[in-house]
Amino acid sequence: MELISLTPLDLSVAALLVLGLAVISWRMRLGVERRLLVAASRSVIQLTLLGLVLKTLFEQTSFLLIGGLALFMLGMAGYEVMARQERKFAGFWGMGIGTLSMFISSFSITLLALHLVVKVEPWYTPQYLIPLLGMLLGNTMSGMAIALDNLTQSAWQQRGSIEARLMLGHTWDQAIGDLRRRALRSGLIPIINAMAAAGVVSLPGMMTGQILGGSPPLEAAKYQIMILLLIAVGTGLGAIAAVSLGAFRLFDHRQRLRLDRLK
Amino acid sequence: MTFFQLTRFKSRGLEPIDLTIDAGECITLGGPSGCGKSLLLRAIADLDPHEGEARIDESCQSQTAPPVWRRQAGLLSAESHWWADRVGDHLPRSDPDLLAALGFSEATTQWEVSRLSSGERQRLALVRLLLGNPKLLLLDEPTANLDQTSIDRVEHLIKEYLQDSCSAALWVSHDPQQRRRIGDRGFQIESGRLVAEKWS
Repeated sequence: MELISLTPLDLSVAALLVLGLAVISWRMRLGVERRLLVAASRSVIQLTLLGLVLKTLFEQTSFLLIGGLALFMLGMAGYEVMARQERKFAGFWGMGIGTLSMFISSFSITLLALHLVVKVEPWYTPQYLIPLLGMLLGNTMSGMAIALDNLTQSAWQQRGSIEARLMLGHTWDQAIGDLRRRALRSGLIPIINAMAAAGVVSLPGMMTGQILGGSPPLEAAKYQIMILLLIAVGTGLGAIAAVSLGAFRLFDHRQRLRLDRLK
Repeated sequence: MTFFQLTRFKSRGLEPIDLTIDAGECITLGGPSGCGKSLLLRAIADLDPHEGEARIDESCQSQTAPPVWRRQAGLLSAESHWWADRVGDHLPRSDPDLLAALGFSEATTQWEVSRLSSGERQRLALVRLLLGNPKLLLLDEPTANLDQTSIDRVEHLIKEYLQDSCSAALWVSHDPQQRRRIGDRGFQIESGRLVAEKWS
């Protein structure tokens, strides 16, 4: 099937519709027309820029350049995980936990997928690496952020019962065990729900895009299945890594609860 | 015979402390609120960072694994905390005699923690602590929420425990009469220093 290329005219039709919506907002005095137009312009500019960057990148196979972009994406994702925490770990660990866990999960899963499933040569072919990594980082990020936030929040609130267990001679592992399990559950529920609803309630964005781009629906479904399963595994591994590192960091070498390491 | 010893033990807000306690001794600790009594007990239980060394019997704090140390230096905090639904989930085993000594029965282990009164929580926290057979009791106002009958029971039980198990206690109390009643020796914290309390 041929890819139907969108012309600037096609896009301006969509843009005119947004402009129409802004006029309606103005007439109805909703007060959001300004924000609507700014946000729409931002998405146009940001996505065009991304398209340009990827276009340049796809034309070459410089490992350093592609690796640099991948690390940049990883760093941004690590920052996002930290920014979503109400009680962050102080210092290096604030960003370190998110970035490291993301590296362990998303990076390794992407590499695994490229090697075993998609089998492209070389494995860092940007057309596959960058979108796959982006999907994985973006989707595992939220599950990990929720799980880590849940852990630090509940450790803060339940300081008394954690220390009560320490006082009775429980190890740090036993004292935080319940909280760690609960944090992991909270991080995994969104992706479990997303898998359960996929195709019945929601048509995932990637599959939609592929179908619109001209792929046969069954091919698009297969890619979507792979992505969804990988995201689930990535979220699970990432959340386990983040929550384990976080729980470990909450105690010192004498197994004392150190909430002063949060800020 | 020295049973418990603090050497240049520096807890937050206090001068370094040197202290020795014999087996079976009950030492009381008084002083205004916020003077660092509770923090001292927490540091001895190794729940807060501190300097100096503590020793119970043959084991040094710095050489002992934290869970093992905390089982020996059993801390009863002023406010008890519970992590499971039923009382029994917090107890390593049931001891009818111990429960009876504080006015409970075996059925108490089935009670829901959320329905306990503050006095019941305090007494059950003591049961929970004593079931672990600590060698040193660090008691932070263990009778603060109790009526006179319960206070008598708790004081009697702890005295008996100290004699039977040859352990020692560091007992924080705001009540001067109680300190005199239970203490073999007493200390006050005055401007960051431990000074002997006169009971004449």
